[in-house]
Amino acid sequence: MDPLAAIRETFFQECEEQLAELESGLLAMEAGDTDPETINAVFRAVHSIKGGAGAFSLEALVRFAHVFETALDEMRSGRLAATNEVLKTLLRAADVLADHVRAAHDGSAVDEAHTAELAEELKALDPNAAAGGEAESEEDWGDFEFKPMAVAAPEAPPAAGGWRVRFAPRADLYAKANEAALLLRELARLGETTVELDVSALPALADLDPEAAYLAWTVTLTGAADEAAVREVFEFVDGDCELEVSRLAAAGADDAAPLVEDTGETLDIGALLARVQAVADPPPPPLEAPPAAPAPAAVATPQDPSSPPDGQGQPRKPEAGATIRVDLERVDRLIDLVGELVINQAMLSQRVMEAGFARASGVAMGLDELEQLTREIQDSVMAIRAQPVKSVFQRMPRLVREVAAMTGKPVRLVTDGEGTEVDKTVIERLADPLTHMIRNAIDHGLESPEKRAAAGKPAEGVVRLAAAHRSGRIVIEVADDGGGINRERVKSIAIEKGLIAPEAALNDEEIDNLIFMPGFSTASEISDISGRGVGMDVVRRSIQALGGRITISSRPGKGSTFTMSLPLTLAVLDGMVVSVQGQTLVAPITAIVETLLPKPGDVHSLGGSARVIAIRDTYVPLIDVGQALGYRAGPLDATQGVALLIEGEGGARAALLVDAIQGQRQVVIKSLEANYQQVPGVAAATILGDGRVALILDIDTIVAVSRGADSLRAEKRLAATG
Amino acid sequence: MTQTHSTVAGAQAGGLRELISFRIGAQEFCVDIMAVREIRGWTAATALPQAPPFVRGVINLRGAVLPIVDLAARLGFESSETTDRNVIIVAQIGQQVVGLLVDAVSDILTVTDDVIQPTPDVASDTAKLFVRGLLAVDGRMISLIGLERVMPDLELEAA
Repeated sequence: MDPLAAIRETFFQECEEQLAELESGLLAMEAGDTDPETINAVFRAVHSIKGGAGAFSLEALVRFAHVFETALDEMRSGRLAATNEVLKTLLRAADVLADHVRAAHDGSAVDEAHTAELAEELKALDPNAAAGGEAESEEDWGDFEFKPMAVAAPEAPPAAGGWRVRFAPRADLYAKANEAALLLRELARLGETTVELDVSALPALADLDPEAAYLAWTVTLTGAADEAAVREVFEFVDGDCELEVSRLAAAGADDAAPLVEDTGETLDIGALLARVQAVADPPPPPLEAPPAAPAPAAVATPQDPSSPPDGQGQPRKPEAGATIRVDLERVDRLIDLVGELVINQAMLSQRVMEAGFARASGVAMGLDELEQLTREIQDSVMAIRAQPVKSVFQRMPRLVREVAAMTGKPVRLVTDGEGTEVDKTVIERLADPLTHMIRNAIDHGLESPEKRAAAGKPAEGVVRLAAAHRSGRIVIEVADDGGGINRERVKSIAIEKGLIAPEAALNDEEIDNLIFMPGFSTASEISDISGRGVGMDVVRRSIQALGGRITISSRPGKGSTFTMSLPLTLAVLDGMVVSVQGQTLVAPITAIVETLLPKPGDVHSLGGSARVIAIRDTYVPLIDVGQALGYRAGPLDATQGVALLIEGEGGARAALLVDAIQGQRQVVIKSLEANYQQVPGVAAATILGDGRVALILDIDTIVAVSRGADSLRAEKRLAATG
Repeated sequence: MTQTHSTVAGAQAGGLRELISFRIGAQEFCVDIMAVREIRGWTAATALPQAPPFVRGVINLRGAVLPIVDLAARLGFESSETTDRNVIIVAQIGQQVVGLLVDAVSDILTVTDDVIQPTPDVASDTAKLFVRGLLAVDGRMISLIGLERVMPDLELEAA
């Protein structure tokens, strides 16, 4: 990659982080956070995006970011109250900004009309613009005491005196259709200004080049504006003028302080060069020392006058721990290697046991330690890939806003457990199903405001998105407080679509689960929002593809809850190693409820080859794994084997009959599809301690297939190809 | 690398190519050497459910799961009992790596393209599917096998 492209890529990565910061800041403010540091963080985020975008000449992005930043600056300086209305506009502006960043990244188009609309809304927020002029602006900030943080220049006096700005445009500034008078007017809005015109460089009329620039101004600005605000006025002429900003010596003083004072060395040189050049060479060539870029760190923080005047000691949010960016491929390579190490260690253990070493021998003990270490290494390596679900959760508020606007339903999104960590691959593949489920929850789950009012519920619907760790898995819930599933309607749709027989007697849970059937959602009932051609069956399939399960619980009038249970990683699995007809197989332990030895009286035939087993007064189907996978033709005598009671998706129970249990083991998941293809009834493969491949059972498919649902095999294939 | 690739493609008439010849029963076959990753001894494979008869199962190839195709069965011959003397040719087919079970590897042949004779028109579907040409070496007939169709086709199976 060429260096510029790499830098550009870094910029976009940082943009994503800034956008996340921006959104979480705005959301915090919406929730009532009035900490000035939050506003500053939000401002900095937009400012950094603008700065970076400027460096890459992303004009549209810079323009919008500028308008956005201006509005935020008003808020930061206390001139714009953080009301809910204002924040809603800002949040939507954040969405547009994100669109612009994405558009700049992948070259896609931006909705210009929408951008212009929001730019107008943002401009309308500006109290100065609303009041129609600069005249009243001064009285607005009499109440605030400003403490410059002066992080970049700690030696600067903390007084809120004012600024002396020397501004000497170059010919380029005028050539780009900028107008010095407008900039001076803009500057005047920051406080009381005294403008002096410097005509020393003006030549005699005969020598005057009409295209050149000769005039310079010195503006004395009193008031509480900070340096960044002053520099920002000149943002768009950056590089086309000489600019010096220096602090006035004393508060309110308007006597002439030395021109170059208290500023960085660059500026000193810049100023000197400017003077030298102004004298020696009236039409100035481009200067090698342009004004320093506005330092985002040097922002003033409006403070409560009652708080101790601590200047720089402003408490900051605790910094996140130091991080490094690592190429994902390197991490994956490491994970693969550790997987090999685990297999090798298991092989070694087995060989040592076979060689007849005693448990207490030095070799065996050393091996035990090795095993411990290997496990720890594996866990640590897995933790590298683990990320908080926040990265996918934080995309959802925007989605909720959009869907709420489209459906006209007021919605509040409540998120919980954003810090819950799970493998990055899982996170990436969660975004689509979650998006779809949240759309569904708002579009189908929540009732219209009128219906809610009639039901005595608050007009604002609540969608709850929560994540938590539960017994080695991550559980994610999407809940709404809507009307719940209309079971009558679901059933009639299912009958109409031929998914169930009209006379089928289904319990509530079975009816609820009908919405996951392929073909339940079809074009005729798809609205723009939930539709897009995917039904809940696709959601279920994508969750299953991740080794997860999805269940639904719904209470009429109270709402529905979708619960997804997913493995923390896609690389290892806790398995029960079993043997079936001479083959070694692995059953995922998460699905196993209990194991039992069937007694002769427990197993009953239901005609044909179907058998059930009695487990504490309930009968569950007994499935011979060997038969289901085609390893043997006839059924195994149940009393000769072991039954694994499993709970499949939707809580359906079944007993899997295997020949024997060998033990429990954490196994490294290996793909079968990489070199072969998907096999019905087999989720993946693994390599055991003896170096042989063992297949990992796909319990849900085995249960479904032996129920005679042959269609599921077709469905599996579709999922594999689609 | 680029040069060897072009010989694989057989783009240049008269270009040299190397072939690995192997034996299944009494017959001799060969494949392009560029498709062969390694040759290893037979180890017992883990059977796969619902696999076609010519897929013997999967084995562990240094951490990767490698499907084993019984080439005799695939080519429509009687497949014999496998012993330690059988050999697996690990071949790259498209994106996948597949093990081909054969009786023995016999030789490496360096030939020019014009030595390879086109397959005569025969009724056998197997010949049409796999045989890309014939070579006469020291009075023996060696069939050049194309590997693209060795693995079961997902689309065909599903239909």
